[in-house]
Amino acid sequence: METVWFIIWGFLWGVYFLLDGFDFGAGILMPFIAREETDRRKIFNSIGPFWDGNEVWLITAGGVTFAAFPGAYATMFSTLYSPLMLILFALIIRGAGLAMRGETENPSVRRWWDRSFVIGSFVAALLFGVAFANIFSGILFDGDGVFHGSLLTLLNPYGLLGGLLFLIFFLMHGAIWLAFKTENQLHDRASLLSGWFWVILTALSVIFLILTVFATDLYANYLNNPLLFAIPALMVTGLVFSGIFIRQKAWKKAWFASSLYIFSSTLFGVIGMYPSLLPSSIDPAFSRTIHNSASSPLTLKIMLVVVLIFIPLVIVYQAWAYRIFRGKVSGDISGYHEGV
Amino acid sequence: MDVLILSRLQFAVSTFFHFLFVPLTLGLSILVAYMEWKYVKTGDELYLRMTRFWGRLFVVNFAIGVVTGITLEFQFGTNWSRYSEYVGDIFGSLLAIEATVAFFLESTFLAIWIFGWKRISKKLHAWCITLVAIASTMSAFWILAANAWMQHPVGYVIRNGRAELTDFLAVITQKNAIMAFLHTVSASYILAGFFVMGVSAYHLLRKQNEPLFTRSFRIALVFALAFSFFEVAQGHLNGNMIAERQPAKMAACDAHWETMSNAPLYLFAIPDEKNERNSVELLPIPGLFSFLAFNSTSAVVKGLKDFPRDERPPVLLTFISFRSMVGLGFLFILLTATGWLLRKKLMQYPLYLKIMLFAIPLPYIAIELGWMVAEVGRQPWIVYGLMKTSDAVSPIAKSQVLTSFIGFLVLYSILGITNLFLLIKLIRRGPEATQLSDQTEEAAV
Repeated sequence: METVWFIIWGFLWGVYFLLDGFDFGAGILMPFIAREETDRRKIFNSIGPFWDGNEVWLITAGGVTFAAFPGAYATMFSTLYSPLMLILFALIIRGAGLAMRGETENPSVRRWWDRSFVIGSFVAALLFGVAFANIFSGILFDGDGVFHGSLLTLLNPYGLLGGLLFLIFFLMHGAIWLAFKTENQLHDRASLLSGWFWVILTALSVIFLILTVFATDLYANYLNNPLLFAIPALMVTGLVFSGIFIRQKAWKKAWFASSLYIFSSTLFGVIGMYPSLLPSSIDPAFSRTIHNSASSPLTLKIMLVVVLIFIPLVIVYQAWAYRIFRGKVSGDISGYHEGV
Repeated sequence: MDVLILSRLQFAVSTFFHFLFVPLTLGLSILVAYMEWKYVKTGDELYLRMTRFWGRLFVVNFAIGVVTGITLEFQFGTNWSRYSEYVGDIFGSLLAIEATVAFFLESTFLAIWIFGWKRISKKLHAWCITLVAIASTMSAFWILAANAWMQHPVGYVIRNGRAELTDFLAVITQKNAIMAFLHTVSASYILAGFFVMGVSAYHLLRKQNEPLFTRSFRIALVFALAFSFFEVAQGHLNGNMIAERQPAKMAACDAHWETMSNAPLYLFAIPDEKNERNSVELLPIPGLFSFLAFNSTSAVVKGLKDFPRDERPPVLLTFISFRSMVGLGFLFILLTATGWLLRKKLMQYPLYLKIMLFAIPLPYIAIELGWMVAEVGRQPWIVYGLMKTSDAVSPIAKSQVLTSFIGFLVLYSILGITNLFLLIKLIRRGPEATQLSDQTEEAAV
């Protein structure tokens, strides 16, 4: 049962990153590829109907951590206090920018909302990477859940590389999304960039996976159980096919391929940690695992019923929402002002 | 100031700020859904314009509610890790269910509603806002069930050094959960009703869009009137429950020091916590407090002195909050009942309209005071009788909490002020600007 929940836990984070990832990426890209107001509107319109629904996957991933593994939730979020607060602030200013920029006529005020959207997207993407790389390599906490490091110890080379990796993940994902959803110059710039991001991402992934050998114990599970190599195989598939589809300018397929890459990469890290959810770098005996941090069997059973009914339902109606808003976006007015 | 105080302040600031937006979402979603269904059924364009005007305000309000909501779920882990680990088995699951069952539904269908005016049929469009209303109500239920468990833990056993769930149904069907749900949801409906009446009054005073705002006013009036009566009656039952289950909170609500039968309620009193008495007590109504607590003027009500000092909530704050909340509750009945008498000739009573305009903040104040009673009155417990707040806080550095607390203050001040100005701007502009496709308008996201 705990193992099932461990997999659900990894699944939820994977889905969250593949979904919010493209709107993070689109946000970070905005100042670089949108030169005119209509371009910026296109970017906003391409993610407007989706970003909020995507973010609920974060709330659910967090909620499920709390419900299924309260011990891990408590230690994880309190030891990562500072980066997590920064992520939350980034998500707030980002959401406020997204929601408010269309409500103002004053261009200089709108610039400020744009800035908060861009900076928020950047900081959240970077820090999620830093946080997860640190989780993979273990965090300095003792048997009592007390953190013995600081924000600076989290910003170690491996953590920063993780941050960089997440940035490029999301930049490529976002560029593909924009190439898929837009036309003309904006489309051209996004499609050109997606190819470059693919090259950088491939190089960075290789470096990261090599350093992972030294910085973490993630590979141990794979060596013990070679069947698990299916997950790295999915990563390679996702990466190779996103490259192929970018070349073919098959944007929808490229988006699915890069989604697969992000999803399987998240899963790769999570499965590598099993049975830990949060390894301690002081002593493995302090690590929060599925054995010492899970909820009672009754709670896990009830939550499993809830999740098995509602998560498939959510996927169905969110897919329907994506269908309603399919097709290229325009740079015109949109959203609430679209009228009736 | 230590980590405990800072964490409490931070949680208070972030929940109180978040809760400025939630009640309007709860109430206004129902009103907007009603307006849109009226439009779908009757084809009357006036209902469409109403839907779009109030819907626009709903969306702006909702956005800030969403972005300030995420931090709450995570703060249990960041600042209250001891609590999270001790009760996560029960409390965490309720939060996770809320997200899975309600938040997805709410955010996905609201987005379709906002962006889908031209893309889906009218009926489907009306269904979207209906689902938003249903989802936000469900969300309220789950979060209030979680809070109710903190007020009155049930369905658990202490095992493996923590609280473990034994009876899920007991947790979600317990009296505290149902009562808190009814009380909070009705308060939210009153708030939304007053919001719509106040904004309508603003335009009626300027004789703008009279048909639209008269109709809006009347719909909101019926809504607020019904729930104002319901709230006071239900609030009395709530009081009975608190008297029985949280006697220290009840005693603090009335600054009641001595255990006695036939306990009076002083219309005016000033508590003096240090000397365990009230420094001023005027105009007693004999037996009223006994009646409020146990439905009998002769009932014995336990006084604060019979609770150990370290198990008493802060008296002054609880007392003032409770009093003001109850007073406002009766004022809402008075204002809506007056409105009912004047409903056919509102335009002839500018003074009443003016009062209703300035009454917009009152339900906001009442509802925040209500939370003050619930949460401050529960102290020193985080889970009543089971875990003290001081044992619940994370082992984190003071500098971290201080930094994040300042961050919250700065960020929320900016958000609060900009949002207020935006709402005022949209309200002033009135319904014209939000209706029908107009190419000169700005893009909304």
